[in-house]
Amino acid sequence: MSGIVSYGSYIPKYRVKPDEIARVWGEDPENIKNGIFILSKSVPSPDEDTATISVEAARNALRRGGMSGQEIGSIYVGSESHPYAVKPTATIVSAAIGADFKMFAADYEFACKAGTAGMQNVLGMVDAGMIKYGMAIGADTSQGAPGDVLEYSASAGGTAMIIGRERVAAEIKSTLSVTSDTPDFWRREGQPYPTHGERFTGEPAYFRHVTNAAKMMMERMQTKPEDYDYAVFHQPNGKFPTRAAKVLGFQEKQYKEGLLTPVIGNTYSASMMTGLSAILDAAKPGDRILAVSFGSGAGSDAFHIEVTEEIEELHKRNVTTVRKMLEDVKFVDYAIYAKFKKKIVFGEEVE
Amino acid sequence: MGELSRMWREMPSRYRMEGRKCENCSRVYFPPRDICPVCHRDSIGKMKPVDIAGNGEIISYTVVHETPPAFIRQKPYVLAIIKLDEGPMITGQIVDSEPEEIKMGSRVKSVFRRISEDGKSGVIHYGYKFTLDK
Repeated sequence: MSGIVSYGSYIPKYRVKPDEIARVWGEDPENIKNGIFILSKSVPSPDEDTATISVEAARNALRRGGMSGQEIGSIYVGSESHPYAVKPTATIVSAAIGADFKMFAADYEFACKAGTAGMQNVLGMVDAGMIKYGMAIGADTSQGAPGDVLEYSASAGGTAMIIGRERVAAEIKSTLSVTSDTPDFWRREGQPYPTHGERFTGEPAYFRHVTNAAKMMMERMQTKPEDYDYAVFHQPNGKFPTRAAKVLGFQEKQYKEGLLTPVIGNTYSASMMTGLSAILDAAKPGDRILAVSFGSGAGSDAFHIEVTEEIEELHKRNVTTVRKMLEDVKFVDYAIYAKFKKKIVFGEEVE
Repeated sequence: MGELSRMWREMPSRYRMEGRKCENCSRVYFPPRDICPVCHRDSIGKMKPVDIAGNGEIISYTVVHETPPAFIRQKPYVLAIIKLDEGPMITGQIVDSEPEEIKMGSRVKSVFRRISEDGKSGVIHYGYKFTLDK
């Protein structure tokens, strides 16, 4: 059975609090915090982007798996903030990890589920015998227009999953997707910030896709919520995934380990994958995980995952866990945040 | 296009710190050298690629207040001389730390970051920098 052989995440060190953003835009921070349940979000340094975050996540995955870049037969990077419009982030990652010239690679885009679409692609290639190991990365330095509600949540992070048939630490027993044309969120070519079709955001987009994908998976696997040790869903804010979990019948003890948005914000393509990474940091052999991503536009990818004894080998390796990354942080004010995120613009002759 | 060619040529060393080891005297060089400055002609054909782990120690450092344009959002920043565990000493930027956090002898590890870009439509230059290894 194929599945996750190793995994690695990276979350930038800087954080900004909603109080700071609300102070600048004249909003009530308590309303924001209660409304979306985000207490801080990660902020990339000025010299970080989706490529650098992808490389750090990829290196952590290779270190944890005790593998070299030469063993990776494919790299797919899912993001909506690739540094180039044309020139794949996957090529930069392949050079940075020393991957072989003979390999499959591409960038994916499907809002916040492009990384998990990559996981499905790599899984299919492994099962087809095209590659031994492949890497799927979800990474973003997401954008929120100044003063927009997205500015409170849009953050940065990345997670890499190495998928193969040997030394599998978490078997992917099944995966499925749901897809529809839903105008909940988009960004047109050349536009710096996305637009959201507000009335579509909740029920027609997130909840319809996430809950249906989860139900279909449980029906396929003949499981019930209580059969899972962990559940992790896409986390655009702190409220949606907890509500989806409760609607489906999951308890807090099942979803709290993977719920990271309240402290790091919405890492977009990395969101569910980083939650899964945090769960794998804590998982024991035999644990079952239901993981469901969501991408605006819209669609969801669901995974039924079962942890094997190999997870203990991964835990023995001294690689930074997600929880550890949450401890070592630096808070910045809105001015520094705006400078780092290039919301303060210099002329081309200056920068 | 000169800078573009150079970036492409130096990717192995800039992206993943690939150095060279003289198989005549076992000295490691980073950035890579084609000829060992100790063994000279005896090293010809014996300079083999070697992976540098990117771990080391700060030997000296300075705080840069007047920056090149590419670093304007990062000032003041720290440039350090780092003795890598494999032996070579290099200059590198220390990121994600305030200057007052930097100490002589601090352990550092390499990270992959943007260095600069050739304007808004040009290529982006990536490479190694360092963070404190706590």
